[in-house]
Amino acid sequence: MLEAAWLIPALPLAGFVALVLVGRRLGEPLAGWLATSVMAGSFLATLTVFVGLVAEPAEERFFIQKIFTWVPSGSFSVDIGFLVDPLSITMCLFITGIGTLIHLYSVGYMHGDPNFSKFFLYLNLFAASMLLLVLGDNLLVTFLGWEGVGACSYFLISFWFTDEANASAGKKAFVTNRIGDFGYMIGMFLLFNAIGSIRYADILTSAEAGAISTGFATAIVLVFMLAAAGKSAQIPLFVWLPDAMAGPTPVSALIHAATMVTSGIYLLTRLNPVLAIAEPWSTNVVAWIGALTALVAALAAIGQTDIKKVLAYSTVSQLGYMFLAVGLGGYIPAIFHMVTHAFFKALLFLGSGSVIHGVHDEQDMRRMGGLARFMPITAGTFIIGWLAIAGVPPFAGFWSKDEILLYAWNEPGLNGKLLWAIGLLTALLTAFYMTRQVILTFFGRVRFFDAHQDEIDAAFGQRVVAAETQAAEAETAVASAREAVEKAEADVAKRSEAIDKAAADLTSAREALEAGDPADEKAYGKLTKAVDKAEKAGPKAEDALAKAQAKLADAVGAATEATQAAGALRAQIDKVAAQRADAPAVPDHVTAFTPAPDVEAFEEHLPESYHKRREYHPHESPWTMTLPLIVLAGLSIVGGGLNLPFTSDLHFLGHWLEPALFGNEAHGSATAATKVMLAVIAVAVGVVAIVSAFAVYLRGKADPAKIERDELGMAIHYDKGLAAFMGGPGRSLFDGFALFDKGVVDGAVNGVATGVRQLGQGLRVLQPGFVRQYALGLVGGVVVVVAALVLRLFA
Amino acid sequence: MIITETWYLVLSAALFSIGTAGLLSRRNPLVMFMCVELMLNAVNLTFVAFSNALDDLAGYTAVFFVLVVAAAEVVVGLSIVVALLRRQPSASVDDFSELKG
Repeated sequence: MLEAAWLIPALPLAGFVALVLVGRRLGEPLAGWLATSVMAGSFLATLTVFVGLVAEPAEERFFIQKIFTWVPSGSFSVDIGFLVDPLSITMCLFITGIGTLIHLYSVGYMHGDPNFSKFFLYLNLFAASMLLLVLGDNLLVTFLGWEGVGACSYFLISFWFTDEANASAGKKAFVTNRIGDFGYMIGMFLLFNAIGSIRYADILTSAEAGAISTGFATAIVLVFMLAAAGKSAQIPLFVWLPDAMAGPTPVSALIHAATMVTSGIYLLTRLNPVLAIAEPWSTNVVAWIGALTALVAALAAIGQTDIKKVLAYSTVSQLGYMFLAVGLGGYIPAIFHMVTHAFFKALLFLGSGSVIHGVHDEQDMRRMGGLARFMPITAGTFIIGWLAIAGVPPFAGFWSKDEILLYAWNEPGLNGKLLWAIGLLTALLTAFYMTRQVILTFFGRVRFFDAHQDEIDAAFGQRVVAAETQAAEAETAVASAREAVEKAEADVAKRSEAIDKAAADLTSAREALEAGDPADEKAYGKLTKAVDKAEKAGPKAEDALAKAQAKLADAVGAATEATQAAGALRAQIDKVAAQRADAPAVPDHVTAFTPAPDVEAFEEHLPESYHKRREYHPHESPWTMTLPLIVLAGLSIVGGGLNLPFTSDLHFLGHWLEPALFGNEAHGSATAATKVMLAVIAVAVGVVAIVSAFAVYLRGKADPAKIERDELGMAIHYDKGLAAFMGGPGRSLFDGFALFDKGVVDGAVNGVATGVRQLGQGLRVLQPGFVRQYALGLVGGVVVVVAALVLRLFA
Repeated sequence: MIITETWYLVLSAALFSIGTAGLLSRRNPLVMFMCVELMLNAVNLTFVAFSNALDDLAGYTAVFFVLVVAAAEVVVGLSIVVALLRRQPSASVDDFSELKG
């Protein structure tokens, strides 16, 4: 039955090919059902292989299926081959199992998407790559899968690529992962250099035979740690995972929570023979990276408002736990936590997707609240996921997390206690932020219908703008009225002057008449006429003045009116501004019962989006989405049963995985009493966190603004700092590299070309094209040769 | 008067020198060709002379090779020469220097 192993990746691959060929024609929902059924088939194949593997004796559970030789190259050859052992089959079981559920869920979630079949095409390709990754019997096949999942992750993060932010989130993930892949390749080269093979079987035998020196092993561990840190989103490369939430939620659940991001931990577990012979400090680095990532990401999760971002940071944090466990040699708890985490994190992600689906693509938890009454199944299953991740017994997360904390405690010296303390603190934060999420999403007042801040701003903004335009118009009218008044006044003044002038003219004309000589009849007649004219001009000027004065009065009246109108409008603007100042601001930090902003006074001015939302009904998701939730919730409840700590007989997962770990698993010496004590401490810490989160978010005992600090929301400025560094000193470093490339590398290549060309130019002289010259050269040569021979003969 | 090998060799050297001088001094491709033939046959004469003197067949054999090579050379060379002269009947070899470096 082990021979069925090749079917496990082949089925999703076949699904991918089929969807490439006919996916568009199948359309919705057939394409989705096809993809789901090949995944289910792959799950059945995995089950078959699993049953076959169980039937083998424990030490013979190591089966290699060679498909064909991929790279035959001298003494180095790489097969496309599958390694079937407990580790790979455990991975395959949850990848195909959860994968099937998420495919089913996606049929509901992607309903109505124009690229429905393309989504499933990528999803199937992803599953095939992921299965290739875990089943590969050598590092190169694993690398093939490694790159395949990276590419699919990129495709799916930017699935809705028309939005610029989604596209750049995909690019960010891809580029960040390239750094890790660089480490992977260096590691492969180092291993090949050390033992001449990259097959896992050879690595194991060489490591056990001592063929890999400690120094080499340490270097290999460090570069593969870089690779794992990229894929599994650990410090320093975790920045891409929170951004990866731009993809559709099933993608976040499958790729960025349950499967792909665990491949780094899988890789390190697979290489456990190398880790075992490396310097202990290098594995300790792995443990510390994990612990610090767990802590930083848990802190960041507290400050998030996006429902998926909380889960994204939570995933980074939980992966940190697994890293911690691997670094401590606790491969079994790492895989155990990986499995339980796959259950409950997939559940939480799918639950959040169901919520987002139910509230019309709203992702901000501050605008949710009280959704439990609209979507009881989602809420119920989400609460189970919450209890599992918060470490509440007997849910799955409790058992696996406790196991990791126990391993940290078992580590000798202060080192171990510090790691344990960080792990415990992270557990506290985890319980806190998850409780916060559950309360803000499902309990308290329904904040979905509240007006958003931008809607309130828009409501006032428009009115103020309208009133201000009117006021500006009125003010222009006032200005022109004032101008008219001034003109009229000038006119009046002119007319008054004209009256004065007319009077003066009359006087001077009379004087001239008196002084004139009546004898000179002609001149006298002229003067008499002038006096008559001047007498007439007086009343005329007075008439004009009266008219001008009437005009002035009119203009003044108009100006007063305009001023009054402008004043009224100004008053209105002031009123709106005052109303705006009084308007309730939507708080940045909310608790379950934060009151709604009171928008009654200006409700009719709120934009359309607000009124539309009032008519929307949050609803439960269809069965395709809730069924996976229920199954995963069940698994999250009982998942801990895989590896119960009470007696050795209950270490099912431990005994199962042992053959794949070749005795490299660390064994603690903790007594039963210590174990119980640690468990009690962990539970107590979890309860404290949950209770305090209830106090803050449900009962409002503290201001959430004090807890959700901005620097937490921005992941302690790590991302920003990184960008600043890369844009500043990093940029100049890369410019230096570019200069080196241009000057030295390109220079060498171009230099060779230039040199050859110049040499040719020099040699052209020897080729004049004259046959006789060539002949002369030949004859000359013959003469020299003959002369030399003759000389030798006589010498 | 006994005609020894020396006579043949001297004749051969003279022929070869005439051929060389002709090759270097003449510009007509056809004449140059004939000079080359002269040089080849001078060498043939040496082969025959030595072969006779040393009573060894290797020299005769070499002559056949030279003849065959010369025949082949004539085939190729003459056709080139004819093609060239047809293009430019009064040409000297110095006019054909298109392929200079």
